[in-house]
Amino acid sequence: MTIAATRSEPFAVGRPGLVERLQVALPKLVLAPSFAAILLFVYGFILWTLYLSFTNSRMMPVYELIGFDAYRKLWAQPSWYTALQNLAIFGSLYIGLCIVLGLLLAIFLDQKIRGEGVLRPIYLYPMALSFIVTGTAWKWFLNPGLGLEKTMHAWGWTSFHFDWLVNPQMAIYTVVIAGVWQASGFVMAMFLAGLRGIDGEIIKAAQIDGAPAWQLYRRIIIPMLRPVFLSAFVVLAHLTIKSYDLVIALTNAGPGGASQLPSTFMYSFTFTRNQMAVGSASAIMMLMTIVAIMVPYLYSELREKGR
Amino acid sequence: MAFLEIIGLRKRFASMEILKGIDITLEKGGFLVLVGPSGCGKSTLLNTIAGLETISEGEIRVEGRAINNLHPSKRDIAMVFQSYALYPNMTVAQNIAFALEMRGVPKAEREAAVAEAARTLQIGHLLKRKPSQLSGGQRQRVAMGRALVRNPRIFLFDEPLSNLDAKLRVDMRVEIKRLHQATRATIVYVTHDQIEAMTLATKIAVLKEGEIQQVGTPYEIYNRPANLFVADFMGSPAMNLMDAVVAAGSGRTEIRLTREGGEIRLPIPSSVTADGLGEGRKVVLGIRPEAITDRNGADRTSKAIEIVEAQVDVVEPAGSDTFVVTRLAGKEVTARMPADADVRAGARVPFAFNLDKALLFDPATGLRL
Amino acid sequence: MTSLASVAAPAGPVGGSRLGKILVYGVLLLFALFFLLPLFVMIVTSFKTLDEIRDGNMLALPVAPTIEPWIKAWGEACIGLTCAGIKGYFWNSIKMVVPAVAISTMLGALNGYVLTKWRFAGHKLVFGLMLFACFIPFQSVLIPMARILGLLGLANGTPGLVLVHVVYGLGFTTLFFRNYYEAFPSELIKAAQIDGAGFFQIFWRIILPSSGPIIVVTVIFQFTNIWNDFLFGSSFASGESAPMTVALNNLVATSTGVREYNVDMAAAMFAAIPTLLVYVLAGRYFVRGLMAGAVKG
Repeated sequence: MTIAATRSEPFAVGRPGLVERLQVALPKLVLAPSFAAILLFVYGFILWTLYLSFTNSRMMPVYELIGFDAYRKLWAQPSWYTALQNLAIFGSLYIGLCIVLGLLLAIFLDQKIRGEGVLRPIYLYPMALSFIVTGTAWKWFLNPGLGLEKTMHAWGWTSFHFDWLVNPQMAIYTVVIAGVWQASGFVMAMFLAGLRGIDGEIIKAAQIDGAPAWQLYRRIIIPMLRPVFLSAFVVLAHLTIKSYDLVIALTNAGPGGASQLPSTFMYSFTFTRNQMAVGSASAIMMLMTIVAIMVPYLYSELREKGR
Repeated sequence: MAFLEIIGLRKRFASMEILKGIDITLEKGGFLVLVGPSGCGKSTLLNTIAGLETISEGEIRVEGRAINNLHPSKRDIAMVFQSYALYPNMTVAQNIAFALEMRGVPKAEREAAVAEAARTLQIGHLLKRKPSQLSGGQRQRVAMGRALVRNPRIFLFDEPLSNLDAKLRVDMRVEIKRLHQATRATIVYVTHDQIEAMTLATKIAVLKEGEIQQVGTPYEIYNRPANLFVADFMGSPAMNLMDAVVAAGSGRTEIRLTREGGEIRLPIPSSVTADGLGEGRKVVLGIRPEAITDRNGADRTSKAIEIVEAQVDVVEPAGSDTFVVTRLAGKEVTARMPADADVRAGARVPFAFNLDKALLFDPATGLRL
Repeated sequence: MTSLASVAAPAGPVGGSRLGKILVYGVLLLFALFFLLPLFVMIVTSFKTLDEIRDGNMLALPVAPTIEPWIKAWGEACIGLTCAGIKGYFWNSIKMVVPAVAISTMLGALNGYVLTKWRFAGHKLVFGLMLFACFIPFQSVLIPMARILGLLGLANGTPGLVLVHVVYGLGFTTLFFRNYYEAFPSELIKAAQIDGAGFFQIFWRIILPSSGPIIVVTVIFQFTNIWNDFLFGSSFASGESAPMTVALNNLVATSTGVREYNVDMAAAMFAAIPTLLVYVLAGRYFVRGLMAGAVKG
């Protein structure tokens, strides 16, 4: 008999006076400023950006619609293709490696490890750092002259050569390394929570059925972590598309624009190259990618929760 | 004049009608129990009395005055919730005093009232604790204290005992009954437990799918159920219900029940059915387990004892009684025999039916005949 | 999710054999090194002299530890045209973070309260729209925001950044509190209504005193996010009014003169210390915030 009890409806007020009407409206009045702010600053601004992407705005916005010109320009830009290609490389490696590493570490940590309380925070602390700090640290660590390469030489591995940071072909991979370093601990925590949430009796049952350890994981535990895979994918995909700070700090989208991502592309076209309409168009493309990933996910999550 | 009147109350959620025209009255000092299976609308009905849910139609009156447009805090009611709903951040004393504080009662008065309620419920030693430090039974007492201190016109209880273990539930039931007898408070109480309903109520309303099935005293509900639903719902073990056909008797009504390898005929006393039932009419015979016993256990004052030999299916010793299950008319039939009755599964034993206690129902409408 | 630390591990079937155990511990320790290495290098470098950096091994401990780089990073390093270190920017960040976190957390609590306990027709849509606002790429609001801040006269400074962070943090804070209050028994609200408490009385007297954990989670999440923000900082605050992350990036990216790696690292440490401190002190809540932002429910 708790079906109806979970609803707390506003109650009836007979012949409402001003005070009572205010009382009833109070919750909505409290929520209104926040909701209005989000409507304006998020949805209003998105429409504004969309509008700008159909104009010929350069340094300053102009409001004369000229159609799809900016999109044509955008898709004619070689650097936009570089950005998309980098997004694909970065996204697939970042998401893939984070999930593989995160799952591996979570499973290993779940073996009644002594010192788990020490290891777990070590894996996770990079998530507390600013991407700018991470970028600065890795930039120094991977510095071709003074960093890893020099250390290896000092240790006697004189043929060791590592110049990805300044190599246009490889620069995007340094972003992958730093990104995976930052986020895989977080993915580990998600998987660990998932593992700890599995009903222990199922595992006992499987062990009694005689499943060896690797079979237990392959056939029973990992399939049960499906929701975590989905969540991890969505979170990482979202982080991928928003990634901006890390690239700026690590490679500054260089060398020569070689590690450009859509986010850096948008910023440079809008604010330094005075191509606001093209910048808006690229922002809209980013938004649409996020919408394609997030909306189905959020919809299913909310529906599940709403019962 | 009735103290609490509920008149033609309807409640709709979207296109679903949850309460379909409820009419109940309760006299001052009465103890009304709303009982029914999950989803029958009994908690919704209680919430509408409390003002926690709006009503779509109808009226709720207390002492002749409509209250259904008043805010819950203005209705002069107190409510005890299933989860107790104690404020987790406040001590027991603060919990009990909260409603008085909200009404601007001075501190000294509040403290006196809290002390009084604590004495009645014997929770004086708990006043400084937080709800998380209390056992289930103690929380229950505090929740009652919070209601008691208000001295409201009506107390509402929403399944207050369902979160307690079996033994504590019995204790608290007695406690609530004692409290009611001592305070003569007017109480509306929701439960799905028919034993609670029977033991506590001065008046029971049985609900099903948003409709009242029967309102009456516990005695009426138990012994003169208005229909098959009430008959089946109230009582544990449930009433035996068997399909039967009216057979013409010589001057008196007899019914026929099929059984394995034949049929039996049972005479129905005129006290059970006033009107003559036509021959061949289908009926449902209802008879409670305690009206079927062994030969020694049969009620000596009854003139309508019929002995039926039948094979025992299962024997369930329950300590104070032994329940014996057999099959008649294609249904399981439970008899309540003395604890020392010598019956074994598989044996054929005589069952003594006290047909004074029998009831007949119309299988089509479900109503009692 | 709270069980992360407390629930005992189930069967640990991988490391049944001794070899398995060694493998498991080996891999775990290796990755611990991988995660610690950059921080280690950053710290040791920040205590070395430039000569030692040029001649020595990146991984070696400083031969002659010096706090000179830290002093220089804090008060003397050149960022842009001024050479007054990063201390001014550090305070900029503090002045931005404190009000932004306080306001967005407060509003989030009220919103969550309304969206769970005072529901109205359309509450799901309202929440859905607020929730989605968490996930938009901020590039899609950057240009209009710049225009509006310009019109409001907040284009270049801390108040503008506070406004931006409050608005774009609201989705998350509302989400956190909504999910927390969703599990808060509605019967308590009903009881309080019957007891005569109004909307704000229930909030102050009953809801808020029980919200300790979620307030900590939200504050930490917002603090970390806003402190670490770079995109808004670099877009809406330049020069003297820039926050810490922007100043750090400018310092490190400055290409004039001798590269002072030790000063760069010390400055990076200044930017990292507040959030690291929070992580060390309240890691459990930090993780809960991350999880709540990722997996709803």
